[in-house]
Amino acid sequence: MLTLKKTATALIAAAGIALGAQAAQAESIKIATEGAFPPFNFIDAAGVPQGFDVDIAHALCAEMKDDCEIVTQDWDGIIPGLLAKKYDAIIASMSITPERQESVLFSNPYYNNQFHFVGPKDKDFDISKEGLKGKTLGAQRATVSAQWIEENLGDTVDLKLYDTAEEAYLDLDAGRVDLLLNDTYPTYDWLKSDAGKNYELKGNSVIDDDVVGIAFRKDETALVDKVNAALKAIIDNGTYAKINEKYFPFSLLN
Amino acid sequence: MNVDLIPGFLFKMLTEGLPTTMALVALSVSIGFFLAVPTALLRVSHNPAVRVLPYAYIFFFRGTPLLIQIALVYYGLSTLEWIRGSEFLWPILREPFWCAIIALSLNTGAYSGEILRGAIQAIPRGEVEAARAHGMHGWLIVRRILLPRAFQIGLPAYGNEIILMVKGSALTSTITLLDITGVARNLYARYYTPMEAFVTAGVIYLVLVFLLTRLLRWVEGRLSRHLLGPPETELAQDRAS
Repeated sequence: MLTLKKTATALIAAAGIALGAQAAQAESIKIATEGAFPPFNFIDAAGVPQGFDVDIAHALCAEMKDDCEIVTQDWDGIIPGLLAKKYDAIIASMSITPERQESVLFSNPYYNNQFHFVGPKDKDFDISKEGLKGKTLGAQRATVSAQWIEENLGDTVDLKLYDTAEEAYLDLDAGRVDLLLNDTYPTYDWLKSDAGKNYELKGNSVIDDDVVGIAFRKDETALVDKVNAALKAIIDNGTYAKINEKYFPFSLLN
Repeated sequence: MNVDLIPGFLFKMLTEGLPTTMALVALSVSIGFFLAVPTALLRVSHNPAVRVLPYAYIFFFRGTPLLIQIALVYYGLSTLEWIRGSEFLWPILREPFWCAIIALSLNTGAYSGEILRGAIQAIPRGEVEAARAHGMHGWLIVRRILLPRAFQIGLPAYGNEIILMVKGSALTSTITLLDITGVARNLYARYYTPMEAFVTAGVIYLVLVFLLTRLLRWVEGRLSRHLLGPPETELAQDRAS
């Protein structure tokens, strides 16, 4: 009886130590996303953040066996909020740019952005400088797409700039522009909708060096290493591919 | 603020943006004026059935934001199948410039009509009675007395309306037009320099409006020459003789 009691006590103590050890290992990480960029991050009807970015965040946390909390933050203040330690990471489809690298540290890319021309299904276009000569092209103002057209085709095409993607789609549908250049993945959502059913992506992605990463404070190198390892693990074990499939029928990693 | 950028910005706005802004204002103010005259005359009609039409027009265009009117003409109409299919309407409505002209003209036509109505009603009754006593009636009174007097009375308010149109034309940058503001917004987006781009644009508008007020003051002076009376010296000579 006494032995049994002793054994039980020992077991409980051992379990307690094990639990304590695990608790010390599992970090609690607060992750911010924007919640306004479907299908990458958005807030569902119940008020919960959802989307590709959010799923990747959960998968990484599961891989690292850490507790994660996802919070939402407006785009304008998302880097300042990170620096003010309101959260520890940003997973919000943020392109890795030299300007941002001045203030934050990025993980390895977790997807590659693409930029495709979009045009009507019943018209063929030669997506090249000669082929697009004299065409009217549209893009959203202050985006990578607009800058690309200005820098690469600026003197040979008529470029129209729009304040929102929706306005650009309206003018494409009205026939005022021949082609739009846009972020491929959000465009893909529009192509699936009723309004976009007569349109398709034309040619190949015109920009292939725009990659998206997770942002951290610059002194968090240990955390970044851990996240990079977890990212590699979820890509290798197929978790990433499963999440990818849920949103897009093509890989976001090429 | 990076002052070195400003000369380049200024050049682009003056060569690309200014002509568009000037064309927008000149055309829409002219068309708006021709809309305003019948609107005002119908508005002062004694017949309520006649009055209701210009009233509804003014009510709509004064009661809704210009931005909405521009968006309605450009984005709204283009979603209607029968407009896109029309060989007559679509070549016009396809172009952002003509959409802007339509919206701006209708808008300023409504405001100017209301200014002119007020001016017509401010003409002293005696002047119309005097015209009648001279045997004028109907259209002749309108042509010789009502309209010239109304233009003179309404000019200060009308000048204000033209100035508002200069600034209102900036809203056409939302329908892809490259007026002064459109060029400024693109430069801002390109160089991430809001101060440089918008300060430059603002200065161009200031100069534009300043020149316009000088011109309006000159026209006002011309139209009210008779109120100033003959110069002092002539008066003295008259008395002496």
